[in-house]
Amino acid sequence: MNIAKHWRQNGARYRLEGQRHRDGTLRFPAQSLQPGEAAADWQPEQLARQGEVFSFTVQRGGAAGFDDAPWTIIALVQTAAGPLVTAQLTDCAPDEVAIGLPVELVVRRIGTPVADGLLVYGYKFRPRLLM
Amino acid sequence: MRQPLRAVGITGYGVYVPRYRIAAREIARVWADSDGALPVTTKSVPGPDEDTITLAIEACHNALARAAVSPQDLAAVWVGSESHPYSVKPSGTIVAEAIGASRWISAADWEFACKAGTEAVSAGMGLVGSGMADYVLAVGADTAQGRPGDALEYTAAAAAAALIIGPAESALARIEATLSYVSDTPDFFRRADRPYPVHGQRFTGEPAYFAHISAASRQLLADLGRTAQDYTYAVFHQPNVKFPQTVAKQLGFTAAQCAPGLLAGEVGNSYSAAALLGLGATLDVAQPGDTIFVASYGSGAGSDAYSLVVTDAIVERRNRAPLTAAYLARQTLVDYALYAKWRGKIAV
Repeated sequence: MNIAKHWRQNGARYRLEGQRHRDGTLRFPAQSLQPGEAAADWQPEQLARQGEVFSFTVQRGGAAGFDDAPWTIIALVQTAAGPLVTAQLTDCAPDEVAIGLPVELVVRRIGTPVADGLLVYGYKFRPRLLM
Repeated sequence: MRQPLRAVGITGYGVYVPRYRIAAREIARVWADSDGALPVTTKSVPGPDEDTITLAIEACHNALARAAVSPQDLAAVWVGSESHPYSVKPSGTIVAEAIGASRWISAADWEFACKAGTEAVSAGMGLVGSGMADYVLAVGADTAQGRPGDALEYTAAAAAAALIIGPAESALARIEATLSYVSDTPDFFRRADRPYPVHGQRFTGEPAYFAHISAASRQLLADLGRTAQDYTYAVFHQPNVKFPQTVAKQLGFTAAQCAPGLLAGEVGNSYSAAALLGLGATLDVAQPGDTIFVASYGSGAGSDAYSLVVTDAIVERRNRAPLTAAYLARQTLVDYALYAKWRGKIAV
């Protein structure tokens, strides 16, 4: 396991932190600066915690780290702030998901590692508690 | 009784209960000849991607929403649990980072069986009450373990509750005073590296739960010059339904006073979250001027008792985050096989 790879993404994974450009553009996930850009051009900004399912697919089998799961729902979530975020849906069965489903951000385990591994947490979406 | 120099209270509160439940009679179907007298009706079950840290994070977001306090204004993030995901590595730093707290804080994990959460609350009263800080986030969260077939398995549940302790003037409920009572009582323990706790023979019950809650509660009431009749509501640690009902009666509290905060029948024993979860559910229905008596219990053993007065701020703040009832209404029953798989009880 590459621990640094996970640690580096804490802001995005824990808080859905993207970047806002001085011209107003919001992007997620955060990216490295391009030639000619200054660090001050892009400021960290948390995306809204709520969105809607833009599209989804049901993968018959567990995601990495959840190999014993019978299925995994991967969705494109249209966040209220703009960016489309690819994320797993949780607390949700395949027959409960639909395009347009209102969802909200939660932080869950995104991998169950070996006994001596780091526990990795990150964003998922679930059907909104209060519709 | 203990009172801080500077008056303190609860600025925000938040709860979280996982979506999944297992019926006690389903556990009895697997392990017992009959479903006789079961301690609860259902208990909450954490989903396969949930643990104490993820439960705590959601409860903290709810507490922050109610308090309308920036996470950057917290001086401490303290998580009480007996099921911290790591033996060595604090849950507090992960929760703090996830909610966007400053790095200039105290973050730590508290441990005292089922009262680890209220330990953090009392410490938070100290930090705020001394003037060292304005806001402390204190959490009780657990995904409790129960050995398959053991009596504990019927009740060992999962939930989280978070309180932001702040100055009384910004509180939705003022904490008038607290008192703790502890002794070395071997009623329940889990050795390091063991997966399931055990009950200490005949110590559970009278010499443990009842003796400690009674001592802390009776003394706090005496110090305040009050009786049970002076309170609108009461919340006690709830390892099952019967224990809190019994201790409440012994102390003179009525079933009606305890009703809003007695969730064990549906949720089970959520350990460090239990008393604070009951408090959250009580604050969901309380009105300005109402008074709430709370006593936690932790094996090993001790009880923290509190006396609270609800302020006008409750009315506007409580609907800023989901009420406990919203989490209780969201429930999906799982069978024993799925529960056993999710809880790692099947050796593959």
